[in-house]
Amino acid sequence: MDTQSTLEKVLRGIAITAVILFFMFPIFWIFLMSFQTNETILRVPPSIVFEPTLTNYKALITGRLESTAGALEIEFMSNLFNSAYLSTMAVIVGLILGVPAAYAFGRLKFRGSEDIAFTLLSFRFAPPLLVLLPLTIYFQQIGLANTYFGLIWVYQLIVLPLILWIVRGYFEDIPADIEYAYRIAGHGFWATFRKIALPLAMPGIAAAGLLAFIFAWNNFIFALVLASADKQPVTVGALAFVTASGIQYGQIAAGIVLSILPTLALALYAQRYLVEGLSLGAVKG
Amino acid sequence: MSDLALEITAVDKFYGPIDTGVHAVKSFDMNVARGDIVALLGSSGCGKTSTLRMVAGFEEVSRGSIKIADREVNRLPPVQRNVAMAFEGYSLYPTVNVRDNIAFALKAKRLPQAQVDARVNEVAEMLEIADILDRIPAQVSGGQQQRASLARALIRDADLYLLDEPMGQLEPQLRTLLRGRIKHFIKERGLTAVLVTHDQTEANALADKIAVMEDGEMQQFASPAEIKERPANLFTGTFIGEPPMNVFQAKVGRADGRIGFHLAGDLALIYPAEVFSAELHKAILGKSEVALGVRPYAVRRVEGGAPAQVVTNQWLGDQSHIAARFAEGTLVLVEHDRARVGVGDQIGVELNPRDLHIFDPDTGDAISHGQELA
Repeated sequence: MDTQSTLEKVLRGIAITAVILFFMFPIFWIFLMSFQTNETILRVPPSIVFEPTLTNYKALITGRLESTAGALEIEFMSNLFNSAYLSTMAVIVGLILGVPAAYAFGRLKFRGSEDIAFTLLSFRFAPPLLVLLPLTIYFQQIGLANTYFGLIWVYQLIVLPLILWIVRGYFEDIPADIEYAYRIAGHGFWATFRKIALPLAMPGIAAAGLLAFIFAWNNFIFALVLASADKQPVTVGALAFVTASGIQYGQIAAGIVLSILPTLALALYAQRYLVEGLSLGAVKG
Repeated sequence: MSDLALEITAVDKFYGPIDTGVHAVKSFDMNVARGDIVALLGSSGCGKTSTLRMVAGFEEVSRGSIKIADREVNRLPPVQRNVAMAFEGYSLYPTVNVRDNIAFALKAKRLPQAQVDARVNEVAEMLEIADILDRIPAQVSGGQQQRASLARALIRDADLYLLDEPMGQLEPQLRTLLRGRIKHFIKERGLTAVLVTHDQTEANALADKIAVMEDGEMQQFASPAEIKERPANLFTGTFIGEPPMNVFQAKVGRADGRIGFHLAGDLALIYPAEVFSAELHKAILGKSEVALGVRPYAVRRVEGGAPAQVVTNQWLGDQSHIAARFAEGTLVLVEHDRARVGVGDQIGVELNPRDLHIFDPDTGDAISHGQELA
């Protein structure tokens, strides 16, 4: 790239800046909104000069919003906990079920394995609305509606195909001879899976887990229908800010900022392992 | 305890359902004596690697029986078969260095460290990888990885050593050197090894017996010399040997105490009948047509021989390969001196009856080698 002319460098810099501005601006704007009152947010014309206030955050964290229309109870912090709990549990269950399944699909060719794997992927083709109504009725009949257990189960529709198909590719990329060599050197099938296949596929498992977590965290429609106030995650809880006395833009913005933080932290943390795993140069091709 | 290290009896391998799936290995029989090196030789897709993997336990045996050291192993997992295996491709554990890769099985057996080190160093020096023992697999070349995989197999105490194309990625010079060393190593310790290869030089150099495979079937199982001198069928005859055996279709005739092979283009090879044994007469006169094989080394140029016209003449540095138009086909002959013939020259060739291999053209089976029945 050292043959690049100055003009090219400048144009490239401008292009990159434009793209970053385009994608980051909404987040930046929301970040600013979270420190403003509804009045300053809604003034015309908008301005980035304002007196910052922490009332939005205070209201979310204490759970009480004092406004001209009176005091309003906010479930935000318990919603945040629900999101974290539901997403974490869904990913843990998804990994426990999905990783061995991915290994089976990737390594052991059995009759119908492709069909089963494809069926699991096909869960992602249908819009959630398609299954929501029958699911709601079933769940009410068997008493799973509005339970963490039921929600985590339904979240498997989101996380399981994702984990299965990403991790399967990683297992397939491990040369089978490495596992054969380990087995012929005196180890059983289970030991080979634990000591060879799992560590070598770890970057893939980490990537799949992270993606699955983000997908589960961002889920809206399942939780909206299947969970009531005490079980609902932030995505649904944010609806509470659309009140009879107006839309609380400040609180919505602060809620968004707060609910982005856990996934952002997780992504930054997992990134280390992703890069590490990829640069390990596990297998020279 | 019998003196067989490996007995493969009537083994079939199907990929997919039995009888309707892909039939990769067909009623395969092979006994390997303790202390022998056997090569499975064939082109790719001939079933040799499938056979090896069934012995190792990575592929299920669809039908038949495999015994290692008098123990039927069909249903045993690889860990219980006490075999060692060297792999063709990338099979080293990527996270540990070459030394630990090689020592892996010994460490699992809890041998004293000094003994492990001594054995690793010995086998590493033999395979010329002593200088890379402390590197991780990603830092060494494909050929070095392959030798490390070979070392990892040879260092073990196993009933049987399975070597899957163990030298495929090595440079020719190194290959020649290591062939000798590996053979010595195996023989000195009285180990039994089964080697899969598509390189006949490697099979000839290393093996006591060669199993020639094609299309899932064993074609011949014999010593390298036997295979070269007495190929069991047309496939083995043309597959083994470089350049390959010349083969011509011939009609057989007999008159005035002479036997004639009538080739295409009105060319006849006439021999006195008494050069062939009586049984051989009977066998070939019963056929209207035979396939006549002769190795390029056995063809002589003589004044007044059967006419042929030179198509190419290549000097390979130590031998001449001459291809000539003969009986509407191509005849290849090899001479050890530089042949002074040019393209288009007419030459005379002589096929000595003791160098002829006669095959049944329908079944491909050998009828005779030289002057005697097969």
